[in-house]
Amino acid sequence: MEALNALALLGNYLIVPGVTYGCQLALGALGITLIYGILRFSNFAHGETMAFGTMVVILATWGLQSLGVSLGPLPTALLALPVGILAAIGLLLLTDRYVYRFYRRQRSTPVIYLIASIGVMFIYNGLIRFIIGPNDQQFSDGSRFIIKAREFKQMTGLNEGLAIKTTQGITVIVTIILVIALFWFLNRTRAGKSMRAYSDNEDLALLSGIDPDRVVMIAWIITAALATIAGTLYGLDKSFKPFTYLQILLPIFAAAIVGGLGSPVGAIAGGFVIAFSEIAVTFAWRKVFGYMGYETDSLMQLLSTDYKFAVSFAILVIVLLVRPTGLFAGKSF
Amino acid sequence: MGWRGAGLFVLMFGLLAVVGMVQSWPLAFTILNLCLISAILSLGVNIQWGYAGLLNVGVMGFVALGGMAGIVVSLPPVTEAVQAGGGGILLALLIALGVAGVVWLLARHMRGKLRILTITLVLIAGAFLARSAFDPAVEAIEAVDSARTGFLGGLGLPILFSWIVGGIFAAGAAWLIGKVSLGLRSDYLAIATLGISEIIIAMLKNEDWLTRGVKNVTGLPRPVPYEVDLQTSPRLIELADRWNMSIVDVASVAVKLCYAGLFLAVLLIVLWFSERALKSPWGRMMRAIRDNEVAAEAMGKDVTARHLQVFVLGSAVLGIAGAMLTTLDGQFTPASYQPLRFTFLIWVMVIVGGSGNNWGAVLGGFVVWFFWVEAEPIGLWVMDTLTSGLAEDSALREHLLKSAAHMRLMTMGAILLLVLRFAPKGLIPER
Repeated sequence: MEALNALALLGNYLIVPGVTYGCQLALGALGITLIYGILRFSNFAHGETMAFGTMVVILATWGLQSLGVSLGPLPTALLALPVGILAAIGLLLLTDRYVYRFYRRQRSTPVIYLIASIGVMFIYNGLIRFIIGPNDQQFSDGSRFIIKAREFKQMTGLNEGLAIKTTQGITVIVTIILVIALFWFLNRTRAGKSMRAYSDNEDLALLSGIDPDRVVMIAWIITAALATIAGTLYGLDKSFKPFTYLQILLPIFAAAIVGGLGSPVGAIAGGFVIAFSEIAVTFAWRKVFGYMGYETDSLMQLLSTDYKFAVSFAILVIVLLVRPTGLFAGKSF
Repeated sequence: MGWRGAGLFVLMFGLLAVVGMVQSWPLAFTILNLCLISAILSLGVNIQWGYAGLLNVGVMGFVALGGMAGIVVSLPPVTEAVQAGGGGILLALLIALGVAGVVWLLARHMRGKLRILTITLVLIAGAFLARSAFDPAVEAIEAVDSARTGFLGGLGLPILFSWIVGGIFAAGAAWLIGKVSLGLRSDYLAIATLGISEIIIAMLKNEDWLTRGVKNVTGLPRPVPYEVDLQTSPRLIELADRWNMSIVDVASVAVKLCYAGLFLAVLLIVLWFSERALKSPWGRMMRAIRDNEVAAEAMGKDVTARHLQVFVLGSAVLGIAGAMLTTLDGQFTPASYQPLRFTFLIWVMVIVGGSGNNWGAVLGGFVVWFFWVEAEPIGLWVMDTLTSGLAEDSALREHLLKSAAHMRLMTMGAILLLVLRFAPKGLIPER
């Protein structure tokens, strides 16, 4: 019984939030890694891309809500997703056309792209604040929980409740569908194969007649979709505030590097590694130890939650020291 | 610097004079002071980016560390707090150092599968051991009159010393971060510095025993006289009469001039050293490494060590500027450090001014800071003019006016992209 209680406690505070957060980071890191694989630079504007897509989704959600459209128990934002994705695709393709394409033709070094992406980040940031403002926006509706803590207690007779929010369930399901679709695309379709070829060896890919502009365009389109969905899921789960999307850039980068930059499998694994370590290190283990028969006054918390960024950073540093290519051998030089 | 550069500087000071005449002289000197500090920040980033091509995306962290030196050096110690918890903090620090030493030894001498596991276990045990000394000490310190102090205070030295200490703090952090991430791909340094800057800010916000956290520290001692004292000075009253200005304005300008003198002195020293360094064999070596790492390595240059050196030097300059900023503000507010303002804006300064050219970096600091400050009134004016056709209470007009403040983010981004593309060498190009 005690062990079951400990398990429920862990499930509620560690596993469920960890899986959800891991999915969100994984989707974000996939976007970073794809752009890295194809365009070979770390895209600092990625967090703002997520925020932009989410912003459009929110505006569309409000529109739908005012028309009286709803999805019942599911959040209306799911219905508004395609609008956000289209807007993000438009924005990224415009950016590529007017910013990055020039440097591609010049064959600039990755650092120049990186600085350009910082400029792009500024512009997106201003654009978002200009349209929706810097404040918190709530756009989640529908039923809040799949399982409520109280219902779980009644159902199982345990002391500890296990709550699963609707947004958490949606996050996991959407991520699974997206990842399957993405890997099917990369491994089975002609366009996906040409992308992998281009990422592995640009010159050989060009030689075999792959159109680089097309590959780049597809990479941006996929990135826009992933970023919008990741941003919306994150916003539904927590809340939408433009500033937070600048902050999750660090864990997302850490996830991509831990997995190995340029490796999609790595991005997903990295997302979960970062998410679980962040939550486990900032989790107060006292009650869990209590159920295991070890009573203590201390909170048994390694780091206060204010330092959750320190965790992604520490993991990043360890990976850089021990295995700079990441878990799934991306490109480190 | 050449005629072009000199002309641009004259133009810049002309613009400041226009602000003085149109808006107010105290404002013009406020802008000037921050222009001087921005110029030093910009020099710091230029040392890293312009000389060596190193991408530091954590400028904010180094500036904030330097700013913290302002507290640690200048405030009088809170004796009671030091007695209550100083020993505990020291003990925790010693434990942390000991654990770091053990881990270093283990990492050097252990081999095989158990290595990572042992190191992890030592780290976790060490963390708990250090926390057992640290937590009660922190609690004791923060309990001491927490509405007014609740922190250790400082050393009670003149605040000018903090400029040096700030540089040392920032250099130390830079050494650690450089040691880990230099020698790998260039993006890794960018991401690692982004991380360290976020952590430094989180630390400054949460370690109340050291910085009072978000409760802020105000009323730092000043290296220059106070306005109130100057307002009774007969010489200044006479000057105010002659220039037909209010004595309040004259006193405020006088104080700002004192600051400007100090900042200018630092700027000139940093600039002199930077110029000397850039023109020395060392500077030529740095640029050779920047332009072709492989060739420089083939010539026997230790690229990673030189990168570490230049990264530490540049960060030290950032730390000095950070301490100067705290001195000018007279307060330390961790929540005011925003990456857009303290990292990316400095980048815009360097790129616009001319990467690799010290005079360019200085000019970039001046120009970009000037327009960063003035963009808001200008943007507001533009929006007001544009929307003047709309009704006074129109929702669109109101929204646009309210959002004018965000225009400057977009303006800075646009300037960065335009300069990077159409004038990548900046206002004063590198020779």
